[in-house]
This record gives sequence, C-alpha cells and structure tokens, in this order.
Amino acid sequence: MTFADLGTYQATKPEDVKIWFKACEVSRFPKNGGACIKYKDKQIAVFNFTRIGKWYACQNLCPHKMEMVLSRGMIGEEGGNPKIACPLHKNTFSLETGENLNGNLEAIATYPVKIEDNFVYVGFSE
Amino acid sequence: MKTILVIGNGMVGYKFCEKFIAQERKSEFNVIVFGEEPRVAYDRVHLSEYFENEDEEKLMLAPRSWYEENNITIYTNERVTDIHKVNKTITTLSEKTFSYDYLVLATGSTPFVPPIKGVDKKGVFVYRTIEDLEETMAFAKKIKGGKAAVLGGGLLGLEAAKAVKDMGLEPHVVEFAPRLMPRQLDDDGSAALESKMKELGITVHLNKATQQILGNGSIEGMEFLENEKLDVEMLIISAGIRPRDELAKTCNLEMGIRGGIVVDNTMRTSDPSIFAIGEVALYNQMIYGLVAPGYEMAQVAVDQILGNETKMSASIDMSTKLKLIGVDVASFGNPFATEEEAHAIVFENKLEGLYKRINVSKDGKTLLGGILVGDAGDYNMLLQLYQNKMALPENPEDLILGARGGEGTAMGNVMDLPDEAVVCSCESVTKGAICCSVIDDGNESVKSVAKVTKATTGCGGCKPMVADLVTESLKSLGKTIKVRICEHFDYSRQELYDIVKLREIKDYDELLDTVGNGNGCEVCKPATAAIFASVYNETANKQETIQDSNDRYLANIQRNGTYSVVPRVAGGEITPKQLMAMGRIAQKYDLYTKITGGQRIDMFGAKLHELPLIWEELIAEGFETGQAYGKSLRTVKSCVGSTWCRYGMDESVSFAIEIENRYKGIRSPHKMKGGVSGCIRECAEARCKDFGFIAVEGGWNVYVCGNGGANPKHAELFAEKVDKETAVKYVDRFLMYYIKTAPPLIRTAAWLEKLEGGITYLKNVVINDSLGIAEELDKEMQNYADTYKCEWKEAVETPEIRSRYTHFINSDETDSNIEYVDLRGQKMPKAWA
Repeated sequence: MTFADLGTYQATKPEDVKIWFKACEVSRFPKNGGACIKYKDKQIAVFNFTRIGKWYACQNLCPHKMEMVLSRGMIGEEGGNPKIACPLHKNTFSLETGENLNGNLEAIATYPVKIEDNFVYVGFSE
Repeated sequence: MKTILVIGNGMVGYKFCEKFIAQERKSEFNVIVFGEEPRVAYDRVHLSEYFENEDEEKLMLAPRSWYEENNITIYTNERVTDIHKVNKTITTLSEKTFSYDYLVLATGSTPFVPPIKGVDKKGVFVYRTIEDLEETMAFAKKIKGGKAAVLGGGLLGLEAAKAVKDMGLEPHVVEFAPRLMPRQLDDDGSAALESKMKELGITVHLNKATQQILGNGSIEGMEFLENEKLDVEMLIISAGIRPRDELAKTCNLEMGIRGGIVVDNTMRTSDPSIFAIGEVALYNQMIYGLVAPGYEMAQVAVDQILGNETKMSASIDMSTKLKLIGVDVASFGNPFATEEEAHAIVFENKLEGLYKRINVSKDGKTLLGGILVGDAGDYNMLLQLYQNKMALPENPEDLILGARGGEGTAMGNVMDLPDEAVVCSCESVTKGAICCSVIDDGNESVKSVAKVTKATTGCGGCKPMVADLVTESLKSLGKTIKVRICEHFDYSRQELYDIVKLREIKDYDELLDTVGNGNGCEVCKPATAAIFASVYNETANKQETIQDSNDRYLANIQRNGTYSVVPRVAGGEITPKQLMAMGRIAQKYDLYTKITGGQRIDMFGAKLHELPLIWEELIAEGFETGQAYGKSLRTVKSCVGSTWCRYGMDESVSFAIEIENRYKGIRSPHKMKGGVSGCIRECAEARCKDFGFIAVEGGWNVYVCGNGGANPKHAELFAEKVDKETAVKYVDRFLMYYIKTAPPLIRTAAWLEKLEGGITYLKNVVINDSLGIAEELDKEMQNYADTYKCEWKEAVETPEIRSRYTHFINSDETDSNIEYVDLRGQKMPKAWA
C-alpha cells in the first residue's frame, strides 16, 4: 500500500449513496466491536455500537502505516462522539467525520450503514 | 493592509506566526512566510526521535492547513535571495518579487563544517534537517555494524552519537576540547558523563584536533595530531552553528565581526523595518542557540510591529536540561563560578555515575549556578531558586544531598515560588499564570492548563513542575486530587478494582451502567478488562471487544497486520521432539522464526485466519500459549543451574519451570518477567526482572521490582537466604499486592518508586503482614494457580470464539495487501512505499 492507494477510499455522505451493498448478517458482528467486509476491491471496517444501537463504517486502512487493520481496533467515544482506535499505534479517528482525533493524520473515509431485516448494508456512491 | 514577510520557517519563524495570530489586530496585516525546506516547520529539538520512528508528522509543529486556516500564505521550497531595503522588496530564487512593510528574518543557522582536509568525502554528514537524517540513515544501512564518528561533543553531538548507535553502528565521539559539553560542564561533570557514555557503548575521544579525513572517495578514517588515527566509515559533523546571515549582506545590514545580524532590544536590525530573530540574530554580541530565547525574540518582534513596547530581556538564561541517551544532564546559571565568586558544593558518586555541583554565593544566601549529571530530578526546583534569587536552606548542601534525618525535602514546596517565577521558559509562563488558570479559571488538569497557558508545549521539561503546581493549587481549593482513568469513569484503577470486587460486577457494560458515564473508550476498556481478569481469573476470550487488540486475538499484531505466535517454553526448557514440532509447524505456515530474548521461540507472519490452525497443531504437540501478547507473566528465565553447570549452587531450571507455571496466565497492570539464577554469576539476569531468585550458600536470595526496557532498573534485594517455599510465598504476596494496587500500564519498578515508604514498606506488607492481608493475598494467588486455563485451547475448541478469526466476514478471501521480501533466507514484511 502506498499513499496513492488512500485515494481508493472516498467518504460517502448518506445523500450520495447509489448502492446499498448487502454486507452480512447482523449476528456475524461482535457486540460493541467491529469486523471487516469486502466490497469490490475495497476493505471496509464496520462497527456495531450495540450500547447505543448505532452502526458506523470506515475504510479498513489506517493512514498512519498503511495497514488494513482498523476493523480489529477498539471502538469508543470521546465527548459523546464515536471513534475507532487503530490496533497498531492507537491513533484514533472520529467515525462521524473520519478526522484523526489525536494527531494530524489524514482523515479516513466513512460510509453510511443501515440495517434491514437483520442484514447490514453499507452505502457507496459507485 | 500592511504586509509582513517572514523569511525562514523553522521553529522561531513558526513561533512568530503563532504569536502573531494570537493578536487581536492580526487582520490588519497580511503575513507571507518563506521556507527553504520542502516541508513546513518542525521540531528540530526532537530531531533524533525521527531516527526511532521515521515519523515526520510527529515532529510537525502544525500541519500545512494551519497556515491556510490562519490566513498565512506559505511558500516552501522557496529561497529568498535578495533584499532591496530602499524600495522594501525581496526577490526569490524563482525570481518572484514581494514588497513588505515589515520584514522578519528568521533564517536560523547552518551547521558549521570546519575546514578540515577531505571533509567533502562521501560518508561525511551534518545533523540539522530531516533530509540530513534521511541521507545519513540510508548511508548507515549500507555500512551496518561499522564504526561511525561524531565530530563535536556538545549537546547535539551526543544526541547524534545516540542516533548513530540506534542505526546499528559503533559510535565514537571526537571532541577538540578536554571535556564533553565544554560550555555546560566542568571537568568532573564531563568525566561522570563520559563514564555513562562508556556504559552505553559510546567511546569518547577528548583533546583531539582532527587534521584530515582519510579515504579514497569515501571516508575511511580520521587523522589527528601526531599521526594518530581512528578508522571510521561514517562521520557526522556537529561542531557548532553559523548564522544564516547572507541576506544581510545583500542589503548592507549591520553585522557582527564573526557573523550574525546585529539587533537591539526591540529585535530591530540597523534598518528599522527589518527584524531579525532566533539564531541569525546577534544580540548582546551573542548568538543564542536555544529555543527559549528565540521564542522570546519572536514575541518581542510581534509586539514591536503592533506598536507595543515589549523589549528583549537584558540577560539571557542559558540553562539547559537534557536527557541524553537516557542520561540526565543539566547545567544552569554560572556553572563554572570561581572560588573568588562562590563556594562550590560538590557531590560525586562514581559507582552510580552521579555528579552534582552547586555554586553558592559567598554569603551562602543565593544560588549562582550548577551542574547535574546522572540525576537531574531537582533541576526545575534548583533553577527556580537560582532565577528568583530565593533564600537557601540553612545547609545548602541539602539541596543536592537531600535532607538527611528529617522529614520533607530541602527544596521546599513549589507553592513557595514567587508568582513571577518563570516555570515554562520556552513559552514564558509564570507560576502565577499557571496557578491562576487552575484556581480562577477552573482548569483542573495539566492538559487543560497547557491548552490555555501553553506551558509544557515547548521542550516539555517543565511538565513535572506544572503538574505539581496544578495538584497543589487544587489542594489549596480543598479539592481532592483524583486520578481518573478516563472521561468514562471518575475513579482510579484501584477504586474500580474494589468496586468490581465488592459489588460483584460481572462485565464491562454492567460496570458502565453502575458507576460509569457514556460508552467507554480504548483507555478504560483494557484497564477494566485486566481488572475483570484479576478478580475473576477469566480469560480474554470472554469479553473480547474490551480487550486490548493483542488480547482480543491472543497474539501480537505486527508491522504488516499479521501476528506472531509464541508458545510457552517454561524456564526455556524444550525437548528435541517439541523443537522439531515447532520447526515443522513454522515451515508449514511459512513463518519467520526467531529465538526471543526471553528463552522462547517467536514465529512471525501468521495471518489472522491462520492463527487457530497454527494453535491447533501446537496444542496437539503439547504446547500452550505463552501469553506473549498480554499484560501478564511472560517468561521466567533460567540459567542451567546445578543440573549441568559446574558452578551451580541449586537447581534453577526446575525452580524456574515451577514458578513460570505457577504464575502463567495471571493478568496484571503490565507485563511481568521473572528470572532464576543458580549462582551469583547471575547468568539468567534475574536482577533485571520484576522478580528474581538467585541461589546462594544457604538458600535463595529474592529480588523484586527490576525492569529492563526503556527505563532499566536493577531489582532490589527483598529477602536473603530463604528456602524455596518462603521465596515463593513472598513473591506470591508481592505480585498479588502489585496486581491489586498498581495503576494500568505501570511496571513494578515505577510502581515501587511511587509507593510511599518504598521497599521498606513493601517488606512490611509482604514479610511482616503489617496490613493483615497476607492470608488473603496467599489465597488469591493460589486460586489463580489452581484455575489456569490455556486461552488458545479454549479458543480453538469453542466454535463461537474460533469464528472471530477471519479477515473478511463476507468473503473467504484473505488480505491481499500483505507483501513480504526476503531476509537471510526467511521473510519479512515489505515496507510500504
């Protein structure tokens, strides 16, 4: 992976969703944790915030050392906002905005998630 | 709208911008910055950290977007070549022209390269910019294991020597003067530092005048006077700085005889529209190569441009404290005061490499300066005593010897400092401002005080003192000082431990619902996971999403997102059959193998989905997990003891195996290691472990609280010549007491340091049962030993746990992102481009 590969991941807003990708059954995701799904050539980390009944998705690629690991990180919140901590060096990213909360790394791409009939769908614009 | 051009985007140039945008009237000005380097300003003071992590972002003072957000135009890679002061314009190398109302020269300095014959040979470097470091590192890779010299034994030279060592080369420091850090240390201080350097494997050559650089094209050595030679394959020159004053020559600004642009106490040059700040400015006929005076100059220039009357201090404090390669070195005030001016009080402990000197005025009332080598813990307080001319204690020697026989410290309390005492010299923040931000503005943590006052944000050296001031200010408000684990729990780890135990709370959600706020984070989750493990001896499999990442997958995540697998090899004893099994499994899954420092075999490169497969095979061969990922017992290292060794006093291998099996799987605030040596030759290095046993005539000596790692510390003797049962009992209680009371991620040595009463108190609790808890501690430890389960056995045998080990949950494909390259016949992760 190189910096150029970061371009593969572009944040998608709910209003720009063209495809709702049917990813997996809800039950395959750990409670209060995440797992990785594959969509075309993309690796997407999806997080199940069971305590607050919310779901978030972002690129699986940590922009710090370019490794596909974010789905294996610990989820949490800071001042009420959801975040993910990378398992490699504990860089934290907002799951709302993708912003790096404890440094100056590039923001990560985030994607909308919806749940229908016990299935997790992730929204993409292409 | 007026225009300010800032030439130079180093630390001082950046500071000028930062101070400027804090002004209300900033919108009346247009600020344009020119930097010659390809990147925006970074922290050159901490440049050697780049060697360790190669992470330039960590050094950045602000991202490029910061300039944009603050309406500052920045041109990087752009050198200014001429100043035309008559029409107030400058031109750049790319022939752009800009006009100014005010011009700020913050061009800094360049490393001085002495005119030595052959200095232009390949392999000779300077130590100044990230580019310099990158070139040096690339060259060092090619000569791995070779010898390298650093020319110059000053602050920066010693830093460079550390970097050279980190690059895997054999470091030599060559200094012209008869001592190291000649501007800061006296001969004895230098000798103490030199012996510390020797311990660290850095060779120091003093009194060496380099005549020429030898070699044919590339450097092969250095030649000193009298034909003396030193063979080296690389050289870093760190022989001082020269101001970058060439722009002054293009417009006839007044300059010093030996360079530097002359400024007055308003930082104006001989042209009132042109300012010079930082290492290019010659103030009081001196160039100041420290950050703090540069920052003060930046403030003065900002204020002067805005019409305020701020002036530069008449005398500039050159006090410095550094941690060089883990060795404290500090010097303040006048370190060399002569006998006519002062009494020097000196304390020296050659065994521990300590040297402390203070110079006290003839009347014994004020401190004039001093030197600290080996332990500079009291530097901040001594500096304050000196700067504020505060009254000294009756026996000034107490300042460096500590108050003997009495309670309390000779230094007095931080709150005794006058309000105007400057605590953070980088940002000129006074004690008054810090206390005020706590008491009046309600900032209750160092972090929030730092945000408001900027204290601690420069070199960070004042952090301990700021922390003390915050704590003391809070105390003065009658507030209890609470160590909160994070925003989700208003409790310390100790308190949470008690809550979980006494209220019989069973899981993290319940804990949050009962005594927490919100939904948790990556700080409180692993901390409470360790508490649940300690209280209920549950494995990491039970609440997998609150485990630290390594615990969650029961393996260490490595550089490329793959994992390493480390089975337990208790006491380092392994049968040939087991060795073959490990070899076969490693070969089958194409793993990189390495013997660890703790007598085990590490297998790297396992992909997430392979972990259960590998463990299944290992378990079938009789292996179990070594908890190499956990905050738990790693290894109990042993020598071969009386089993085979002709010196062995007792059977260290059996003892080590017994002990390792006793404590395996127990989770603790940090990783723990043990050691058992069969005689005082100490081949198992038991005295650098959290607990250690050494066989002596008549029994075992027990040692506790030794640590290797970044802050190594020898273990302390806890009990002498005890029998095996007693030794184990003591360590049982000691470990249990540590597990129950230490904050998260604090190793035993650091824990003991903070324990009031220290080792004496610990002995009282463990040996004399002064708290009456010994029986409980014994019972709890026995319970752990009795209920041990292998986490991996549990994981591979439980389908629900096993199913967690997959890279994608919607596809059987594996991560195509992982690439390897060859390394001495094995593989290693390919570095990302």
